[in-house]
Amino acid sequence: MEPIKIIHSTFVPLAMENIDTDQIIPARFLKATTKEGFGKNLFRDWRYENGEESRPVKEFVLNQRVYQGKILVAGKNFGCGSSREHAAWAIHDYGFTVVVSSFFADIFKNNALNNGVLPVQVSESFLQELFKQHPDASLTVNLEDQSITIDNTGQKEVFQINNYKKTCLLNGYDDIDFLLSIKEDIEQYEQQQY
Amino acid sequence: MGKTLFEKIWDKHVVRTIEDGPDVLYIDKHFIHEVTSPQAFAGLAKRGLALFRPDRTIATADHNVPTKDQHLPIKDRLSRLQVDQLIENCKNFGVELYGLGHPFQGIVHVIGPELGITQPGMTIVCGDSHTSTHGAFGSIAFGIGTSEVEMVFASQCLLQNRPKLMRINIEGSLNKGVVSKDIILYIISKISASGGTGYFIEFAGSAIRSLSMESRMTICNMSIEMGARGGMIAPDETTFNYIKGRHFAPSGEEWERKTSQWKQLFSDEDAQFDKEIAINAENIEPMITYGTNPGLGIAINALIPSIESITEEGERKNIIKALEYMGLQAGKPLKGMPVQNVFIGSCTNSRIEDLRLVASVVKGRKKSENVKVMIVPGSQQVAAQAKEEGLNRIFEEAGFEVRQAGCSACLGMNEDKIPSGEYCISTSNRNFEGRQGAGARTLLASPLTAAAAAITGVVSDVRELMEQ
Repeated sequence: MEPIKIIHSTFVPLAMENIDTDQIIPARFLKATTKEGFGKNLFRDWRYENGEESRPVKEFVLNQRVYQGKILVAGKNFGCGSSREHAAWAIHDYGFTVVVSSFFADIFKNNALNNGVLPVQVSESFLQELFKQHPDASLTVNLEDQSITIDNTGQKEVFQINNYKKTCLLNGYDDIDFLLSIKEDIEQYEQQQY
Repeated sequence: MGKTLFEKIWDKHVVRTIEDGPDVLYIDKHFIHEVTSPQAFAGLAKRGLALFRPDRTIATADHNVPTKDQHLPIKDRLSRLQVDQLIENCKNFGVELYGLGHPFQGIVHVIGPELGITQPGMTIVCGDSHTSTHGAFGSIAFGIGTSEVEMVFASQCLLQNRPKLMRINIEGSLNKGVVSKDIILYIISKISASGGTGYFIEFAGSAIRSLSMESRMTICNMSIEMGARGGMIAPDETTFNYIKGRHFAPSGEEWERKTSQWKQLFSDEDAQFDKEIAINAENIEPMITYGTNPGLGIAINALIPSIESITEEGERKNIIKALEYMGLQAGKPLKGMPVQNVFIGSCTNSRIEDLRLVASVVKGRKKSENVKVMIVPGSQQVAAQAKEEGLNRIFEEAGFEVRQAGCSACLGMNEDKIPSGEYCISTSNRNFEGRQGAGARTLLASPLTAAAAAITGVVSDVRELMEQ
């Protein structure tokens, strides 16, 4: 996993609530056996008329050139529904490193963290402030001091992340390396319990 | 201070804790299927690892499989590749597979319980959000992503933060025509599709105690639809009677030993929950959803809420968008509206009891000419039992299409899809945009309400058919 420290970027605003993982990546695209290539189907049914790539939905934010960047900003309860990690892969593969929302679904949050996508949970008022910004506005997300700042106004909010996950992301470690390193503990636990 | 049911099980499974971080949680049973496992197997191979405890993993093929002509090769190339990949991975890594053609094949959350694999006090995970189903047996069961599947493969453990705890007490007796699906749709409509996020929920109270295991599974199954990590119900005699004698159930002395342990699995009287909710079962009527998340539900005879009645701006925008997708009008009734499809199946409602409920309404009647009705048993075993009990004949005489076991039209990734723009009364769990196929419009309801619509061709109150 690529380490994440500071992300400085413009952002793509998706001002909708309860965006479920079936919208992020519809089930018919879950048939792949690798993790690559999901980005082209991110929000597929919102992005294209009848799913046809030749007919992009003009109003949809991913089809508006003025909105670019490594940060996706979305309404509350982002990533609810299915546990499909394909949703996190699609977001990562499309080029987003950070997702900002006022509320994340639990499984999505874990899946994002396990794939080098940082979920940044902000207050509802800060989120609404982000939606009011001009398309040129950039954000700075600093994982080290757990802050997100709107660069041109200086408005800043601190976000929560547990120390373990923070260390993993800052260094690009993954959980399996850690679990393998405590195998003796696991074996000892098994002997005691079973 | 006493412990909750959740805490008793969780604490027993903590291998170690990480300061200001998650717990290392030992996993007793790991179910896998073809869709969320291939990348985990590939990751394992890339690291040059074997499965740490292959005997704790059980595989089946369910999401992608056709529900017709299962003896023939799968037509869709990508689906076939994914199912073949599962067969190969299970062979290479030594995992027991109940694949197509096996008498135990079926929806992963149907087969675990019916085979007696799912037992009280266990930790159970699967790369599928509806793993919460298994919590009905008094186990901690939750859905995980593919990276986590790989973690369990590699170490039989997961790194998990301890969730907050909620208890929902449902007291009183159920009204006529009201079944467990209505209970859970009612709860979600009250606390919203995100009201349980961050929590693990224990369902308790006299209404829950009176339910069969199948009904309890329906409730725990949909706890994820309010955002909860999982749902659970303390085991009791109903649980033990269900498990006893099943294929992988303990027997003899082992049964005595296990049941005496299982009897300790309940929340102590002085246990503390972060949140408690009380529900009066008598207020629950047959439910149906009108929107594009499972929280947007109403009683069958109620009106869709008016836009003005929704004070929160974000929620108002959601409902306007949902109604537009659904082609429905605020302030109008759903009852009497024509539907084109009825789908009875999925990990929520495809067990033998669900099929019996449907048969109780349908027996001696014919389906409406205007609807296509698909009934899909959750497993080969359910299918066999339905046949033995004569339910198939009732369904076939009514003009239903009886299919073979699989996830089917719940999620639009196999051949069974609802055409764009058409309505489907569905016993499944999600009414998201496009969930049952691009453009499909899903109305979630109980097996009874689905059966009523199959007969009348319109959204109907099943109680009116039960009186006839």
